[in-house]
Amino acid sequence: MNRRNFIGFGVLAMATLPATLSAFSSIDFRKTKPDTWTAKTVDSAIKALYGDIKPEEKGVTVKAPKVASNGGAVPITVKSDIPAKTVAVFQDMNPESAVAVWNVPEDGAVDYSFKIKLKATDENGGNGTVYAIVEGRDGKFYKGKVSLQVAKGGCEG
Amino acid sequence: MGTMKIKAKEKDGVVKVKFMIKHPMLTYDQAKKKGTDPNFITHISAKVGDKLVYDVSTSQFFSKNPQFKFKFKGAKKGDELCITYTDLSGKTVTECKKIK
Repeated sequence: MNRRNFIGFGVLAMATLPATLSAFSSIDFRKTKPDTWTAKTVDSAIKALYGDIKPEEKGVTVKAPKVASNGGAVPITVKSDIPAKTVAVFQDMNPESAVAVWNVPEDGAVDYSFKIKLKATDENGGNGTVYAIVEGRDGKFYKGKVSLQVAKGGCEG
Repeated sequence: MGTMKIKAKEKDGVVKVKFMIKHPMLTYDQAKKKGTDPNFITHISAKVGDKLVYDVSTSQFFSKNPQFKFKFKGAKKGDELCITYTDLSGKTVTECKKIK
C-alpha cells in the first residue's frame, strides 16, 4: 500500500466510523413510548408501542412453566431466529400489560430469559397468556405466545 | 459494589451471560401497601467496550432481585462486559466483569 492510498483509507475509516458507532445505541422505550407502560390491555399496549400492526403468528417461541407455583418469579424465555430490531413482551394477568421492550443489536441473538411477577390466575383453571412480539429487520411483525396458570400471585405483595 | 452478580462465558464465539441485580422491584401496588415509594429497574444495558450488546427497557413486573440471561457474539475471553441499570429513583449502577 503506498502512502497516498494509506491516507485515503484513513480518511474513509474516519468517515465511516462514527456512522457505524451511532448505528446501534441505547433506546429508552419508557421515554419514547410512555403510553405503552400504562396500557391496561395487551392490544392497547401493542398499539401504543408499534401502532396498528398485524403480526404473523410464527417464528417466535415463548417458554414458561404450565403451572407456576410461585407468581413472584415466573421464568420466561423468548427465542427467535428472525433477525430482529426490537422484541416486546406483554401479559394479560397484571394490572398493566407491558413487561419489557428489548432493542436488539444487529448481530444479536434473540434468546432472552428472565423472571417476572404475575398475578394468580383464577382457581377454576383459568389461564393467563404471555405474548412476545418481534419486530423484524424486514419491517414485518411476528408473534409468539404461551398460556400458563399461576397458583400463587406475586403482585399482591 | 455487590449489587450485581454477573457471569459471562465465551464458547465457540458466543458469549453466554447470566446476571442478577439485587433490587426490591417494588410495584405501585406493593409500594402503596407498604407506604413507601415504588421503585423498580427501568432500563438495563450491557456493553463490551463501546459496543452495546444488550438493551432493554423494563417494567415493575420483573421479580424481586431479577435474573436475566442472554447471548451475544463478537467478544472474546478477557474482554470486559459492563452492565448498567437505572431505576425509577434515578439511581444508576454499573458493574463490570471479565468474560471467561
